[in-house]
Amino acid sequence: MREIDVKELTNNIKEMCIEANYGLTDDMKAALDKAYEAEETELAKKILGQLEENLKIAGDEMIPICQDTGMAVIFLEIGQDIHFVGGNFEDAINEGVRAGYTEGYLRKSVVSDPLERVNTNDNTPAIIHTRIVPGDKLKITVAPKGFGSENMSRIFMLKPAQGIEGVKEAILTAVSDAGPNACPPMVVGVGVGGTFEKAAIMAKQALTREVGKHSDIPYVAELEKEMLEKINALGIGPGGLGGKTTAFAVNINTYATHIAGLPVAVNICCHVNRHAVRVI
Amino acid sequence: MEKKITTPISKDKVKDLKAGDYCYISGEIYVARDAAHKRMVESLERGEKLPIDLKDACIYYMGPSPAREGRPIGSAGPTTATRMDKYAPILMDLGQTAMIGKGKRSPEVIEAMKRNTAVYFAAVGGAGALLSKCIKESEIVDYEDLGAEALLKIKIEDFPAIVVIDHEGNNLYENIK
Repeated sequence: MREIDVKELTNNIKEMCIEANYGLTDDMKAALDKAYEAEETELAKKILGQLEENLKIAGDEMIPICQDTGMAVIFLEIGQDIHFVGGNFEDAINEGVRAGYTEGYLRKSVVSDPLERVNTNDNTPAIIHTRIVPGDKLKITVAPKGFGSENMSRIFMLKPAQGIEGVKEAILTAVSDAGPNACPPMVVGVGVGGTFEKAAIMAKQALTREVGKHSDIPYVAELEKEMLEKINALGIGPGGLGGKTTAFAVNINTYATHIAGLPVAVNICCHVNRHAVRVI
Repeated sequence: MEKKITTPISKDKVKDLKAGDYCYISGEIYVARDAAHKRMVESLERGEKLPIDLKDACIYYMGPSPAREGRPIGSAGPTTATRMDKYAPILMDLGQTAMIGKGKRSPEVIEAMKRNTAVYFAAVGGAGALLSKCIKESEIVDYEDLGAEALLKIKIEDFPAIVVIDHEGNNLYENIK
């Protein structure tokens, strides 16, 4: 049995909220560089150039990459041999979000009730997904999610007969409808299978996968490559103003499902695909 | 075509702008997003006066992150304009001539733009740090209780934005499809 004081959780989450909002991971930066080289029109290059400059200013001058510093989505993989001590687990997570968003000059974008809409002024509560795994390690992923792209995300409950063609059509429909609203170039997270909510969570988790890394399942990896090509052939381009780069990656996660169903969730993230990962 | 524009943006200035023009905007503009738009339209429905003068006004759809000490504003990129579609025609009918945001607009908004000689610019979504450098001053005009959604007046210098929909209804996003 390993004891972890929840204060450690709070401190890590606080730091990770700040870290994620001021800089992107190296894979995202490399994807931007590659896209800049690939684009041919002056406007597409200009927009990608602005995004690269934006990232530089964000890091150098400590200005968040995007003003929508997101709702804090937090995935925790908890080793089953861990015992949390020193306080309430979820309160400790929310305290980390509160401290990170307040001390890090991040925007408070959360309202306490979806219809009454009063700002909580500290960006809490977070969206918390936990999974119990073997061992005594704790893996934390903090992925602040902006809503320009979240609003363009979709769930399709397909029929098994629609098969892989139905999945392809669902992904293309979601991306094409999103168009300029989702701040392209985007990363497309897809969850196929499971149940209604499992598909959505898989799609969200797929966004945290490294850009350029494919599924371990050969046919899924092929599908990811094919869909990236098809999405980029749509011509939506940087800023939705035309070009070759509409998406940097299509990441698909799959799970077992029911004999009667084929759920497909498409979670879209803009180029500000933020996440920070730590194992403690 | 690259163009420099200064606010207020009169209808004559709007007429010179065509979809696809790359503009650098300077001068005073207002900042409002969902909650501020809702509140403005609700006060109009009650017959009250608005806290801002809409004649030839430009509204930037944006909610900034908090400013650090000594800076006018935090990160300050555009939010999705589509969510303001319900309110924008009402404000254009009262004199607003320009909007800055990102993303698609409804047919009702485009009709109101043609009717009122107005223009819709897009700034680069997700470039909030870069765009904040073009904002020189910022003050809260009203609705301070809305936090990040308060109604602001800002002073911008050479703020880059592209004409996506012009006053004749030409739409750059449509041309791309």
